[in-house]
Amino acid sequence: MRFERRENQPLLLIFATPLIAVIAALALSGVLIALAGAPVFEAYWNIVKGAFGSRLSTTETLTRAIPLMLTGLAAAIAFRAKLWNIGAEGQLYIGAITVSAVSSQVLAGTPSFIQIPVLLICGAIAGMILLLIPLWLRLRFSVDEVVTTLLLNFVAILFVSMLIDTVLKDPLAFGWPQSLPVEDDAMLPRILTRSRLHIGLFIAIALAIIIYLIQTRTVFGLQSRAAGLNPEAAVFAGVPLGRTLVLVAMISGGFAGLAGAVEVMGVQGYVTTELSPGFGYSGIVVAMLANLNPIGVILAALFIATMFVGADGMSRVMEIPTYIADVTVALSLLSMLVAIFFTQYRIRR
Amino acid sequence: MTEIIDILSSAGLWAAVLRIATPLIFGTLGALLCERAGVLNLGIEGIMTFGAMIGWLAVFNGADLWTGILVAAISGGVFGLLHALFTVTLGLSQHVSGLGVTLFASSFSYYIFRLLVPVAGTPPTVEAFQPIDIPGLSDIPFIGPAFFTQTPPTYLAIVLAFVLAYIVFKTPLGLAIRMTGENPHAAEAQGINPIVIRYGCVIVGSGLMAIGGAFLTLSAFNSFFPTMVQGRGWICIALVVFASWRPSHALLGALLFAFFDGFQFRLQTVLSGVVPYQVFLMIPYILSITALAVMARRARVPQALMQPFRRGER
Repeated sequence: MRFERRENQPLLLIFATPLIAVIAALALSGVLIALAGAPVFEAYWNIVKGAFGSRLSTTETLTRAIPLMLTGLAAAIAFRAKLWNIGAEGQLYIGAITVSAVSSQVLAGTPSFIQIPVLLICGAIAGMILLLIPLWLRLRFSVDEVVTTLLLNFVAILFVSMLIDTVLKDPLAFGWPQSLPVEDDAMLPRILTRSRLHIGLFIAIALAIIIYLIQTRTVFGLQSRAAGLNPEAAVFAGVPLGRTLVLVAMISGGFAGLAGAVEVMGVQGYVTTELSPGFGYSGIVVAMLANLNPIGVILAALFIATMFVGADGMSRVMEIPTYIADVTVALSLLSMLVAIFFTQYRIRR
Repeated sequence: MTEIIDILSSAGLWAAVLRIATPLIFGTLGALLCERAGVLNLGIEGIMTFGAMIGWLAVFNGADLWTGILVAAISGGVFGLLHALFTVTLGLSQHVSGLGVTLFASSFSYYIFRLLVPVAGTPPTVEAFQPIDIPGLSDIPFIGPAFFTQTPPTYLAIVLAFVLAYIVFKTPLGLAIRMTGENPHAAEAQGINPIVIRYGCVIVGSGLMAIGGAFLTLSAFNSFFPTMVQGRGWICIALVVFASWRPSHALLGALLFAFFDGFQFRLQTVLSGVVPYQVFLMIPYILSITALAVMARRARVPQALMQPFRRGER
């Protein structure tokens, strides 16, 4: 048995791969649910109900998808140029704490039409800077950015922990390490009343569409793709590799920082070290499930958010740990890898 | 200044250095073995987590400590098999596959742990490895309590570094591994099967990583809690580069790293109130990044690292 490269990839297969991967992941997780001695279909039905069973849960699922869309875009943009940004988690936290600092220290008292855009930009810039460090190490010292971005996640979260314990600590938080809240005028407007769903949803979707247009219609989009496919050939063809990677890193880190800003300004209002339940890492899965397509990111983020919010609801009625959602998400990444492989290769005996 | 001398001259610091280094030695040797054969294994963080969980769980359910270590090693080998299937047979991106293995192995450990161990106020514990005295050596003043009152896995880790160095550089098998990591096509021309070598190295290497994880729950601590691996796996990946893919240097790197970690931990108590404790906790990660920046250019990378091998395809 051997693998043979397909000469042309069937279009239907490309669209079917994420679905096949998700079904495979759900089937494999189903085995684990069965091992826990619980009825599998009832568990999945409870996950669906937990995610969409009421107006509240539906808006919660959509709210949860917002940071996932942004970290998913961050990963998708970077991975397309083979820039392995695994540091979205840290960039998210730095973006978040920057928003808290700027809102409480600099912009206090300014009207929201100034404060909101300025804070979003500040959060994005902070994320950018955190990714430019490992990129500089890669370009200057040939250090693999996977390890440095991963290690910087720990540094970033400790840095945030230090700030919310000292200079940015909220004195009214009963001693809990929690940052000063952002001003009320800095909170993103809600889309629906009696819910936490905020306009970050529109921001994320609009950015996904803009990135799609940039990737398909501009020279930079082509260059970033070329940098990923074959860096030597790209340089030979006149692509400025360093500059392209810097731009890619700025967009990728910026989006991850923005995810943190949006989560603080849309949902929490302040920063703790529990702001993100792994949005940065889940963003990698989102990007892979979307096959790095920015529009696909929107759908993949919705799927992951459904799993997480749904599993919370499910575990309230059944004896299955919520970690089943993390398992399913991880398995969908692995299944997707295999599925992508079979769009490119076929088995020959 | 006197505080620093006090810290350096306490046997407790040096005993802690060996203890902190042990999981790093296992993890770094495991990652090194995979990379020598040409496979980057970013599954390490998750594999260490799973090893920590399953080794502990085995002992919690009545197995003896060495059986716990063995169970961890086998589980690591299974995840290694998975990673090898993806990266060797299918030739998928080693980065993404490894991250996938980490995400899966860690979430799977938390799931099993939550399922099988009842939630309790204080985490359940096991009877962990006890330090063993080496007759004669342990009685030497200072040297004895500093270096010869460790638990058995620590001695195993140190011996293993030398064994692996011998295998990699002095045996035909080691030559085959190094050839596979440098140029699998040339290795094949010499009658070596690069696929078998890669599978073997990734499976054994992952087993070593899992033992490193199990050391955390069966010797360093006596209970399991989520996120306890704390990026040690990523630090091991950095240490492999620092060691320039040499097992003996990996041992030195891990000890050096553990020295800084043990030292900063003791410095915290001296400087508490002056410097926030988070600054000290950042040191290991920043140190790893610095080590990478210094060594990355100088280190001799296995030339076929991250290159999938397919027969008749170049």
